[in-house]
Amino acid sequence: MLEIGLGHYLTLGAIIFTIGLIGIFLNRKNVIVLLMSIELILLAVNINLVSFSIFINDLGGQIFTLFILTVAAAEAAIGLAIIVVYFRNSGTIRVEEIEKLKG
Amino acid sequence: MIAHAVFFYLFSFIAIVSAIMVTVARNTVHSVFFLILDFISISCLFIMIGAEFLGMIMLIVYVGAVAVLFLFVVMMLNVAQQKNQWFSASKSSSHIPIGLLVSLIIFFELIIVIGGWKYKPDLLNSSTIVISKTTTNTHSLGNVLYTDYIHLFQLSGMILLVAMIGAIVLTFRERVGLKRQSYIKQISREKKDGVQLVEVESKQGVKIDA
Repeated sequence: MLEIGLGHYLTLGAIIFTIGLIGIFLNRKNVIVLLMSIELILLAVNINLVSFSIFINDLGGQIFTLFILTVAAAEAAIGLAIIVVYFRNSGTIRVEEIEKLKG
Repeated sequence: MIAHAVFFYLFSFIAIVSAIMVTVARNTVHSVFFLILDFISISCLFIMIGAEFLGMIMLIVYVGAVAVLFLFVVMMLNVAQQKNQWFSASKSSSHIPIGLLVSLIIFFELIIVIGGWKYKPDLLNSSTIVISKTTTNTHSLGNVLYTDYIHLFQLSGMILLVAMIGAIVLTFRERVGLKRQSYIKQISREKKDGVQLVEVESKQGVKIDA
């Protein structure tokens, strides 16, 4: 219990991943919170990669985490730009009211 | 070792609670604040585990750029006061139990995988880029990143460039009816377009037509 091993970090990653997933599935609010849930999921993946990298003593995981950070930043910028454009065109970003595709 | 455990549980508790608060907070601005708290506690965990450079980069990139971008967009779009309707019995709430079920199943699958997972004995010797004990984390990351991974590094720069151009192009809005300076018009204007020489006879005057 007091010996913090790889399993603890992986469990933390799994918990945060699941919270992000629940946030995506059950979101009734607006699309910005949905993007934040995606950031949470990427964060959980980063936790997994870094903890594996430390405990296996291989630097490759940290390099990969750097690239994930880059992609996450780009994704957030593009996603927020899309949200801004959508809000300008339709006046709402509530998840329930976005139904133009009739999904 | 005890201190390590105590700090691990503290930071991970803060991270989990703030991750829950991100999804259930009524106000979107509060969600962004809890997202910042989440990133900070996870980066503390990274620094504690020995990946200092990634922890600091995470602070700079996520807290300094991404979260502020989120905050900026939330405040610009004025959606902060929208009421959160979690688990309300609206007309299309049938996906809530299914969503909860699927996420819980995914969680238990992850836990099963973590619990039943074991090293192969030669895994520890198979690492290609061994973390050295003598150089700092930043130093060894830079040694690898600028040599072996230079193409991927430049490619990630290209990704950022494309994202920047994409964000600008998406949100660019050309206003109509705006008077602005046009260099092409100014430079290409010649004397015969602007000035007209008129021979004025004495006592006759000149008739200027506009």
